[in-house]
Amino acid sequence: MFDQLTQGFENFFRHLRGHGKLTEDNIRESLREVRRILLEADVNFKVVKQFIQNVQEKALGQEVLRSITPGQLVIKIIHDELVALLGEGVSRLDLSSLPPVPVMVVGLQGSGKTTFIAKLGLHLRRKGKFPLLVAGDVYRPAAIDQLQQLGRQLDLPVWAPGVQDPVDICRDGMAEARRTGRDVVLLDTAGRLHIDEPMMQELARIREALKPPEILYVADGMAGQDAVRAAQEFQQRLDFSGIVLTKLDGDAKGGAALSIRAVTGKPIRFIGTGEKTDALEEFHPDRMANRILGMGDIVSLVEKAQEAVDQDTAEKLAQKLARQEFTLEDFLEQLRQLKKMGPLDQLIGMIPGMGKLKNLQVDEKDMKRTEAIICSMTPEERRKPNLINGSRRKRIAMGSGTRVQDVNQLLNQFDQIKGMMRRMGKMKGRSGMPFPFP
Amino acid sequence: MSLFGKLKEKLVKTQQAFGDSIRRVLSSHPRIDEDLYAELEEALLTADVGVQTAEDILQALRDKVRRASAMSDDNAANVRALLGEVIAEMMAPAARENGLNLSARPAVILVVGVNGSGKTTTIAKLARKFQQDGRRVLLAAGDTFRAAASEQLSMWGDRLGLPVISQGAGADPAAVAFDALQAAKARGVDLLIIDTAGRLHNKANLMQELSKIGRVLKKLDADAPHEVLLVLDANTGQNMVQQARVFQDISGVTGLVVAKLDGTAKGGAVISVCHELNLPVRFIGLGEKMDDLDEFDPEAFARVLLGEPEARA
Repeated sequence: MFDQLTQGFENFFRHLRGHGKLTEDNIRESLREVRRILLEADVNFKVVKQFIQNVQEKALGQEVLRSITPGQLVIKIIHDELVALLGEGVSRLDLSSLPPVPVMVVGLQGSGKTTFIAKLGLHLRRKGKFPLLVAGDVYRPAAIDQLQQLGRQLDLPVWAPGVQDPVDICRDGMAEARRTGRDVVLLDTAGRLHIDEPMMQELARIREALKPPEILYVADGMAGQDAVRAAQEFQQRLDFSGIVLTKLDGDAKGGAALSIRAVTGKPIRFIGTGEKTDALEEFHPDRMANRILGMGDIVSLVEKAQEAVDQDTAEKLAQKLARQEFTLEDFLEQLRQLKKMGPLDQLIGMIPGMGKLKNLQVDEKDMKRTEAIICSMTPEERRKPNLINGSRRKRIAMGSGTRVQDVNQLLNQFDQIKGMMRRMGKMKGRSGMPFPFP
Repeated sequence: MSLFGKLKEKLVKTQQAFGDSIRRVLSSHPRIDEDLYAELEEALLTADVGVQTAEDILQALRDKVRRASAMSDDNAANVRALLGEVIAEMMAPAARENGLNLSARPAVILVVGVNGSGKTTTIAKLARKFQQDGRRVLLAAGDTFRAAASEQLSMWGDRLGLPVISQGAGADPAAVAFDALQAAKARGVDLLIIDTAGRLHNKANLMQELSKIGRVLKKLDADAPHEVLLVLDANTGQNMVQQARVFQDISGVTGLVVAKLDGTAKGGAVISVCHELNLPVRFIGLGEKMDDLDEFDPEAFARVLLGEPEARA
């Protein structure tokens, strides 16, 4: 599902990579690309505008850390800004008031309210609650049937007295919960357009009658620019307490999440990721940010790189590169630093655009073998690989438990890397990633 | 009431939102300059038109402005008219000359779409429309997955006085479709409309199920389904194009129905769908009442979208 966006982001990434410093010029150009990505992800136009402004302010004058490229830094700033916008950490329902606690569920038609109610009922029961579902949508044909059937499937009680005034249904539902000892009451309401005045008034009456501590606004994860207007209207009328985003198992980027959150300031509580009743997840802002940007977890990668690579070693390496003295010993050092960052396939998954390669088998054994071969060399051999003749090769192969071909392969590989690094060393003013591979 | 009048009345919110912003842009820019284009771009993007299509529209607009040799003093009105032309042209290749291909007896319409786009309601409205045209209509409850979906269709059937073919929940939708077509032939009805379960277009298995429905229908009638209508939610953003593309690939969509255009959503993504996939919009849903389904006219749509002055209406 990330493919399309990752493609766009990859181009953007490549574009940024060429730059050594963060200047107003190269930031502006990059941000135009980010703007495009966000707009295509359905983030609201005004929200995008504000966002770009914030990133620009933060990015200018940032010091570029040694272990990452300026491009990666901009990406990290963008990502952090996204996470800040989406909210800190997981936000949970507040069900601490005197039971039974009413939870009202509202939203546009077709956003997925009834399905969400069933999922929430299941979720709460797993957390040890005793929910009652209340069928308050008396307008859509068979909406009551739908909730009753879902209740039967999940073995959850449903209060469905039929077609009556929804306010009465909800009030009676509360009484029923008190009588039968249910501690949470989930109120389904009719889907409606935010410009439908009588329907909005009806919701306000239910709210007035029950004073629910939680009102969840259910929004379609595929919604476009207008998501903001609908959410604002519901917020003004009902002051809802949290947002639920549905249909995120599609390939929409879900930029509406960002927009709704930004304009209402309410936390996103849950996301729906499938038609099955257990396809409900708590909302993680960081994952959503990744999804919107369609990037691998570059932030974790950057953080890992910062943790694992000690600055002195990187410094020394840079000097060696400048003097073109890269040896097998440095190669070994690099290998060990890379290993410190964690399993290779996991690392590859974090690199934007490498998602496709996830199935690629990265052979950890290969790395170990390489390490063994280098360790079987004498210090002199490591510094001057030219010394390694046929009989030395045989000895090294025996010492490391490998074959002569493996030793040859490593030496060839090393030559190539050295050539590559020489070319890279010639490019001035760059503090690139210190690892020449994978 | 004329179609345009009705469309206009129903789209009044849309018009206020989008047309007003266009009008504002144009009246605040007596001269045609880069600022004007930037603000037009904003108006288009806010209407869900999408970045690429907005760029294409503006490019076409620039060409038109350049070609329009003698611009009168009233630049604003001119640019609006030209923008309307551009949008109508983008949707026009998709507005096929002929109407729906329903000459066969029985003709079969398969209705597909993602969850919650408004398929079942659209089917009720379609059935009502054809019923009023004097056709005998049969409905098939092919959504055997969602709880109470077939009940929902049956209720509409009751209200309209139309027969509905359904099997229990969990039945094979292809079997329902097959039975329904057999029944349609036996009863000599004019039109069979088949509902399907909502499915996200990236669920490969569910999409396969759709193509199976098509294959099974062909066993009874090599030309069935005669029309495959994809129902799109006007609130949907840029994902709409992808939805349409996949549904087109798999189930051979022949036309679009845009539902829920009665809110403030502008449905601008539909322009991208028409433009990129060359699919005609057949109907638009403008409300919750049964009669709120109208045939689509790209020029009227563009005019209303842009807030055309009364005189032209």
